[in-house]
Amino acid sequence: MTALNRAGWRPEMNVAGGADDSTTFTGNRALMLEEALIFEIGGSETTGVDFDEAAPAADLGALARTAPIGLPGLSESETVRHYTRLSRQNYAIDLGLFPLGSCTMKHNPRLNEKVARMPGFADVHPLQPQETVQGAYAVIHELAEWLITLTGMHSVAMSPKAGAHGELCGILCIKAALEARGEDRRVILVPESAHGTNPATAAFAGFTVEDIPATEAGRVNLEALKARLGPDVAGVMITNPNTCGLFEREMKAISDAVHAVGGYVYCDGANFNAIVGRVRPGDLGVDAMHINLHKTFSTPHGGGGPGSGPVVLSAALAPFAPLPFVTKHGDDFRLIEEENAGEDHPQTFGRMTAFHGQMGMFTRALTYILSHGADGLKQVAEDAVLNANYVLRSLESVLDAPFAASGPCMHEALFSDKGLAEGFSTLDIAKGLIDEGYHPMTVYFPLVVHGAMLVEPTETESKAALDQFIGALRSIALRAKNGDPALKTAPHFAPRARLDETLAARKPILAWEG
Amino acid sequence: MRYLPLTSDDRTAMLATIGAASIDDLFVDVPAEAQLDGPIAGLPMHASELAVERHMGALARRSRAAGEGPFFLGAGAYRHHVPASVDHLIQRGEFLTAYTPYQPEIAQGTLQMLFEFQSQVARLLGTDVANASMYDGSTACWEAIVMARRITKRAKALLSTGLHPHYRSVARTMAKYTGDVLVDGDPSLDAGTDWAALADSIDKETSCVVVQYPDILGRIDDMTKLAEACQAAGALLIAVVTEPVALGLIKSPGEMGADIVVGEGQSLGVGLQFGGPYVGLFACKTKYVRQMPGRLCGETVDANGKRGFVLTLSTREQHIRREKATSNICTNSGLCALAFSIHMTLLGEAGLRQLAAINHGRAKAAAAELAKVPGVSVLNNSFFNEFTLLLPTAARPVIHKLAEKDILGGVSLGRLYPDNAGLENGLVVAVTETVTDADISAFAAALKEVLA
Repeated sequence: MTALNRAGWRPEMNVAGGADDSTTFTGNRALMLEEALIFEIGGSETTGVDFDEAAPAADLGALARTAPIGLPGLSESETVRHYTRLSRQNYAIDLGLFPLGSCTMKHNPRLNEKVARMPGFADVHPLQPQETVQGAYAVIHELAEWLITLTGMHSVAMSPKAGAHGELCGILCIKAALEARGEDRRVILVPESAHGTNPATAAFAGFTVEDIPATEAGRVNLEALKARLGPDVAGVMITNPNTCGLFEREMKAISDAVHAVGGYVYCDGANFNAIVGRVRPGDLGVDAMHINLHKTFSTPHGGGGPGSGPVVLSAALAPFAPLPFVTKHGDDFRLIEEENAGEDHPQTFGRMTAFHGQMGMFTRALTYILSHGADGLKQVAEDAVLNANYVLRSLESVLDAPFAASGPCMHEALFSDKGLAEGFSTLDIAKGLIDEGYHPMTVYFPLVVHGAMLVEPTETESKAALDQFIGALRSIALRAKNGDPALKTAPHFAPRARLDETLAARKPILAWEG
Repeated sequence: MRYLPLTSDDRTAMLATIGAASIDDLFVDVPAEAQLDGPIAGLPMHASELAVERHMGALARRSRAAGEGPFFLGAGAYRHHVPASVDHLIQRGEFLTAYTPYQPEIAQGTLQMLFEFQSQVARLLGTDVANASMYDGSTACWEAIVMARRITKRAKALLSTGLHPHYRSVARTMAKYTGDVLVDGDPSLDAGTDWAALADSIDKETSCVVVQYPDILGRIDDMTKLAEACQAAGALLIAVVTEPVALGLIKSPGEMGADIVVGEGQSLGVGLQFGGPYVGLFACKTKYVRQMPGRLCGETVDANGKRGFVLTLSTREQHIRREKATSNICTNSGLCALAFSIHMTLLGEAGLRQLAAINHGRAKAAAAELAKVPGVSVLNNSFFNEFTLLLPTAARPVIHKLAEKDILGGVSLGRLYPDNAGLENGLVVAVTETVTDADISAFAAALKEVLA
């Protein structure tokens, strides 16, 4: 980093009176280290990789690259330092409680990482001859069996790459099933409280999206839903437990009503962590549900993926599942692809991705599942729900909890901005939490609650960790109610103050232009 | 249970705070008939770290890892040496266990990395801008076709026969439901590409032409004329790159006029991983940026005037626009993008060029050696690190016989195009810097024996 204060520190700057980062020559403050872009510190001739052989002359004629690419290189030592410094500007579950509602930021066990790196999983090619990758198929099959049993469903499609890709898989199964019945139904019903991926997915597949009304208690309005059902409705997409943190008590009745008019039930499984090992969606009439392995089954979020979104399917939708998939024959496993689908799986809607799905996430998820077992997974759901209710009841006296009166929550506690001082918002509370050393909760979602704050502590937090978080959030809530102006400019102690998102969108700078 | 910190005393105290008599009281909204009495029957109980590692290790040993012997597979996934520091750095908990950077004040590490990644990808592919990643190359390819429809308001996409057949399958699947019309087909065993014919097929209905570079048979060609033909007809040229290392040596699609360039970034930093997770690259000209799918990271300033980075232009995205979004994608492939970016930073321009040249040199050496096997010839008149061998017999059984000799000898066209007997003698062979002279000799000797 070039110096921010080229003159360096001078006695008259009076450090004792409150040093800011312009006080130092570098802009650093002890362990808070600024880091320039690789384009500012790297060179086109610098490399951190040595090769065993010299590069031979190429003979590619007119296709040969002649113009510079403009890619900076760093030595290995500089590279390690660059990314280590960057990493320290991130909050992460390894650093503390990460109560992002509907995201299930639980501890990521390191055994998962070790197993995923075994050469028999990490260093195998997706198109190797089948007899040389039986272990990889075994993992896919074993995980599939667990997911089927845990959900009480008929089968599972393993290839979807993330939750939204899984939603698409389920919706395409519904579309294919309707086509097989010779019906052209155009409408998918989605509650207003749904994740944005639900309506986006349905629209992507060519459906028209209509809202399902909610009750004042934060659940699907069954009577209103029934009134809307008809021969044009292909299905519903329902999140259960829902994004208000509540279990849809009438789920079975909803499913029965949808089935009665020939529609299908898609369940968004983002919140499966609340019920895993204790409730099976298959018992509730669900036809398809994606499971975010990066939520319930602890595969790391990695700063925005990779995810993995296997989709469990009912017997009605299973014939339409995508290719490829693995079947077991005695001790051997076989991959069903385009060539052999004709005999075994003729109604498949096709392929969603180049290969078999997120193998690296399957190994991690299976490792997690085997570590917990059936008893441990049930305990996961119970502790996740216990922790969320503990947060809800510990804070409802200082923060408005719109659905608290209607009973316990599931895995996440929902609050609103009602009662904050004039001019203070959910955003201020979120930014205040940053100064207290926490990642904020999910904010302004679900859309059905004004200034929503959705807190999902997960089961991997201790009581002591929860008590400290509750104390911090209580303190910030009181500051917001009392109109503490310092909260309006929080965070004060993060690597950056509030960032100008309007400027970023109005004059986009999306790549280094130096 | 080692991952669950609550003690039974904690649980009792917490239930008392909540005012519940038992944990069952918290599940009161779940109908009794849907609740299970105890742990789900027929499944094992919790297990120690040692026991789980033993079980998974046994499964891992049932596969033949690529590094255990001669290995020549490519066709969309390439085995390159990944420097040790890449895997160390992506396992920093602050990267590994962070979420999508929704709170930029405490996510500058991920955001700056994404800005650097976007910049590296845009430069490598020769375009103005790139996004923060897609799931993989095949889904990025499909998203590009849909984006071309949005931009041109036309629905007919011409797919080169050299496009990876799995990418074509993904596009076919989606097109069935979206109203896109695809014109596609299997490749012919020609030395050159079908691009000249594609240029002649463009008409006023054409939204885009999709070409792969290098293509599924390893062929490379100049797309300048095709780009001109697209531009003249108001269609977009989409280039698909499944082996980005190639672009250290050959011209980028953007340089030759491609409007949208997508790719599979797995070659750098990510490893084979049996097909996933990988990292989709997605790049285009600036004028199309508001039609892009996926996350974008942009530069801005904070309240104190310091440079910082945020996710931006999110009014394209599902969490804002819901059913009117450009895509339903949410989680993408952040950690794989980090691995890609670190590997690219380690290489730098000089290292990438050297790596690419070594790949090309080794592939040429292998092609020459394998062409000496009686009855075997090389199809391509040009290639980077992958080429197609024509065998005197169907390649698929040959692959299995080679595997018995512990040689993983490429991907047969019979596997990729099972319904096309005309292609069955083709074998796609990839040769990277990880292949040794001894590997090449062993492959040639084994192939000679199998074909004898």
